Amino acid sequence: MNVTFYAQNVLGGLAYGSLLFLIAAGLTLVFGMMRLVNLAQTAFYLLGAYIGLTLLAHGTNFWFSGFAAGLATMAVGFAIYAIFLHRYHADDLTSLLLTLGFALMLDDGILALWGGDPHSVQPPAALAGSIHIGSLVFPQYWLAVIAISFMVAVALFFFQRRTMFGAIIRAAVDDEEMARGMGVDVNRAFYIVFALGAFLAGIGGLLGGPITSAYPGLDGELTPLAFAVIIVGGMGSLVGAFVGAIIIGLINAFGKALFPELAYFTIFVPVALIMALRPSGLFGRKP
Amino acid sequence: MKRAGLWGLVAVAGLALAIALPHLGVPSFYISLASQMWIYAIVAMSLDLLVGFTGLVNFSQAAFFGMGAYAAAIALTRYHIAGFGAQIGLGVLLAMITGAVFGIVALRSEGVGFIIITIALNEIVWGLAYQWVSMSGGDNGITGILRPPLATWDLSDNTSFYYVALGAYSIALALLVMLVRSPFGLVLRGVRDSPRRMRALGYNVWLFRYIAFIISAAFAGFAGVLFAWYNQFVGPVNLALDTSTQFLIIVILGGIGTLYGQLLGAGIVVFLSNGLSAVTHRWVLILGAVYVLIVMYAPDGLVGLGRRLAARARGRRAAAVPVESLIGEGADG
Repeated sequence: MNVTFYAQNVLGGLAYGSLLFLIAAGLTLVFGMMRLVNLAQTAFYLLGAYIGLTLLAHGTNFWFSGFAAGLATMAVGFAIYAIFLHRYHADDLTSLLLTLGFALMLDDGILALWGGDPHSVQPPAALAGSIHIGSLVFPQYWLAVIAISFMVAVALFFFQRRTMFGAIIRAAVDDEEMARGMGVDVNRAFYIVFALGAFLAGIGGLLGGPITSAYPGLDGELTPLAFAVIIVGGMGSLVGAFVGAIIIGLINAFGKALFPELAYFTIFVPVALIMALRPSGLFGRKP
Repeated sequence: MKRAGLWGLVAVAGLALAIALPHLGVPSFYISLASQMWIYAIVAMSLDLLVGFTGLVNFSQAAFFGMGAYAAAIALTRYHIAGFGAQIGLGVLLAMITGAVFGIVALRSEGVGFIIITIALNEIVWGLAYQWVSMSGGDNGITGILRPPLATWDLSDNTSFYYVALGAYSIALALLVMLVRSPFGLVLRGVRDSPRRMRALGYNVWLFRYIAFIISAAFAGFAGVLFAWYNQFVGPVNLALDTSTQFLIIVILGGIGTLYGQLLGAGIVVFLSNGLSAVTHRWVLILGAVYVLIVMYAPDGLVGLGRRLAARARGRRAAAVPVESLIGEGADG
């Protein structure tokens, strides 16, 4: 238990939390706007990882692969929303069960296309090294992930607070009916936000590849963490997703280091505490 | 009266068929699947108590079920507690404790919030089974579970165990029917339909939900113990979110709030998933598609689907009723 131990796990937790933010941002925005609980979100992450891997294997640049994987995942998400989910806008349970059906199909489709072996992802050559400070060894790539996720968060805040489209999103979250009454095309915003959520998760897939690697079942392992993030942060809040992702990322890192066999169980503590003290989450609003 | 008499006749005929089944030359494999159907029907009924009678859509039913199964498996393989009653007792107790803890956390919220929290709680318990290798065997699960004899009755063959599962189902059905018809059950339905009105009438809505949650967990844990004996293997998949969803799909198929209907839902899901996995490797893909179709076209169960098809055959249009409308106002607080 020395400084290195703490520094290592703090940085590791932040890197992991950064990935969780990319997943949870879409989850929380989609929930906040449409009351839709998208259980296929972590499957989108996995799909992004595998599409990105395939592009990498064909010699495509790492960053371009990530972006293209995000776009491809977005197309899949958009199709699912446009064909099925949009019809069940007011039915939270129906749409939730539908996303579960699609999560199963995506999982099994991924297994059929890419097989069951885990794939490790190499970070881009420029970031493959490690930083050494005293006895602390930290992969450069992890710092890059933290930086990218932070930039995405800033961009999303700006987008939500300072653009016309962001105003539409906020209006739809606050009072959908009134927004419709004012002539705002709320439905179009739903499509865009759902697609954006899938895009972020898809990018996260390849970006997270060097940290989580990619294997069938990874999506199931990420689901509890992603849901803990939005419960702790407050469902529907972007700031909440960011803070929640950092908290859960750190707790998960220290949990894994201190109680390797009970790591998931350590997540239970913040979830239970939040439910006891502030059921709507740190940044959530009362329903 | 006539209608009730007819249903009584159907029930007696069904029971006679169920008892005679192992002696009708049905292959042993199907007898074994039928045992799984009885067990799944118990879990589905326990979930129906929450969804259909209390208005709580619980996504952590597999955690209760799995806790029961793991309790029996761990008691037997690690601590050599091999008694029939002792294992059931431990399984039910552990499931009830899980339910008591989950209930305190999850019942702080309502509606979709409740759903999201039960999803997270279920997945945390799954993570525990997956990672706590020294206790649960991790991803490899626990093998070598032997069925304890019931007094002197050896249950290792499929037919004997079939009767135990059938008996367990019958007991659970009788208890749950008595429960929902009791004054307590009436209050639960009040809580489902209008929690605000029940609060105004002086009922402690939270407490009734909490008690229903723990009772439901007890039945699910009971079914879990039976499942551990049935399958002779317990793994993380048995308490995964996918399993919770499977239970909920059974309840929807069987008809929310029907209790009896859950047997139909359980039979279809058990035989379909086992049948599909025997035919194709891509059975999960097909199962996912079937879920989507069920939720889209039969949200009010097979009976509802049948009614709508009949209405359409007679030239009338009838729309499917969304799942939400079947679970009352309780879902929205």
